[in-house]
Amino acid sequence: MKPGYVRRFSRTERTFHWVNAIGFFLLLATGLILYLPSLSADVGRRPLVKDVHFWGGIGWVAALALVAVLGDRSGLLRTARELDLFDREDVNWLRRRQPNEQARFNAGQKLNAALTAAFLVLFLVSGLLLWLGERDTRYRFASTVILHDGLLYASLVLLVGHLYLALIHPATRHALHGMVLGTVREDWARKHHARWDSGGRG
Amino acid sequence: MAEAPPRLQPLVTVDERGAPGHDDSRRIGRGVFLATVAGGLSSLYWGKAAWSHVSNALGGVEAAVPLVPTGGWRIYTVAATMPTFDPATWRLRIGGLVEHPQELSYHDLRALPQASQVSIFHCVTGWSVNGVRWRGVRFKDLLAHARPLTDAHAIQFVSAEQPYVDYLTLAQANLPDVMLAWEMDGKPLPREHGAPVRVVIPDMYGYKNVKWVAEINLVHQAGSGYWENLGYDRDAWVGRSNGYTS
Repeated sequence: MKPGYVRRFSRTERTFHWVNAIGFFLLLATGLILYLPSLSADVGRRPLVKDVHFWGGIGWVAALALVAVLGDRSGLLRTARELDLFDREDVNWLRRRQPNEQARFNAGQKLNAALTAAFLVLFLVSGLLLWLGERDTRYRFASTVILHDGLLYASLVLLVGHLYLALIHPATRHALHGMVLGTVREDWARKHHARWDSGGRG
Repeated sequence: MAEAPPRLQPLVTVDERGAPGHDDSRRIGRGVFLATVAGGLSSLYWGKAAWSHVSNALGGVEAAVPLVPTGGWRIYTVAATMPTFDPATWRLRIGGLVEHPQELSYHDLRALPQASQVSIFHCVTGWSVNGVRWRGVRFKDLLAHARPLTDAHAIQFVSAEQPYVDYLTLAQANLPDVMLAWEMDGKPLPREHGAPVRVVIPDMYGYKNVKWVAEINLVHQAGSGYWENLGYDRDAWVGRSNGYTS
C-alpha cells in the first residue's frame, strides 16, 4: 500500500462490483437493441440478440454467485451488514442534519446498494417470466413487460447518479480509485468517512 | 406471486454486530431491499392498470411528447434483418383460390378504396398502444377484383420477413375494423411497423397483425402461423386466448 493511502475495498469486493457492472452494461446494450425501435431496425438479428440478452443475464447472476463462493465470503457478508445498518448519523446525513459523520459507506451508498440489489432480483424474476411466458401461458402476466421496462428506467436514474458521483463530481470521484485499486487517500477518507475505522492506516 | 409483506425489523437494536459504540443502528438496508422487491413483484398485478391510468391521464400530452422513446411500441421480429421496401419494385401478390390472381404495385394498392380508423393495439406480451390511427384498404375491397372462389374460407398472409406467416378466416378478415394498412398515425407505415403494408385486426393480439405482407393467398381453411406453431392460439382474441381471461 502506498504511504498516505488506506485500503477500502478487498479484491473480492472489487471483483464483485466490476462483474456486476460488466453484466449490467451487457444487458443494457442488448436490452436497448431489443427495446428501441430504431436500434432494432438497424441491428436486426432479434433472435440472436434475445439469446445473448437472456443467457447474458443468467451468466451475470451465475458470475456474481461464483465470485461470492470462490472469494472472501465472510468479508462480503461483513460488507453486506455494514450496508444494511443505518445508525443515527446515517439518518442525519440523509436529512442533512448534524452530526452526520460517515463510516466506510455513507447513507446514500447504502441506499444505492439496497436498490441495486433489489433491481437485480426484479430484473431476474421479470426476465425469467418473460422467457417462460413465451413458452407456457401459466407464466404469462400482462404486467411483466411493464415491470421489466420500468426497472430499466429506474436503474438508469441510479446509474446516472452513480456515474456522476464516481467520475465527475470533484468531491467524490476519488472513490473510483478505491474501486479500481482498492485504496483511497487517507486525508480523503478522513474528510468523507470520518467514522470509518480502516484498520491499519498507511 | 403475491408475496407476504416482508417482515421488516426497522427499529431493532443491533447487538455486537453493529458498529462499536453505535447501538442505535437499524436494519434499513434490508428494509429498502425487501420493500422494493415486494413492491416490484406486486406490480405484476397492478402494473398494467396503473400504466394505462397514467397514459390516459396524459392522453394529449403523450401524443406530442411520448412518455417513453418507443411511443409504447415494442418491435418484435423473427428474422436476421428487417425487410426493406422499394416502391419501384415492390409487388403484392394475391393468389391461391381466386378467379384472377393479381400483382399489385404500391401505386395500385393506394388507388383502391380507402378506409381509416382509430383503434387500440394489444400485444400478447401485455403491452398496448391506444388510439393508433390507421389508413388502408378493407379486405372486401382488396379482393374485389381477384374474386375468392366459393371454397376459399381463409387468407394466408406471407410476410417478406421469412419464415413469418399467419392466417385469418374470411369471416375474421371481414370484421368491420380489419384492414390492410399502409399508413399509421398520418405517415406511411414505418419500416419497423411493416412497411409498406401490414394487417390490422384490433380484436386480436399483435402476432395476427402480420407485418411486411408480401403475399396474400386464399386457402380452404386457416392453418397454423409462425407463433401458433410455437404454442400460441390460432384465434388470438384479445382477453380470451393465450391464457388470458379478462
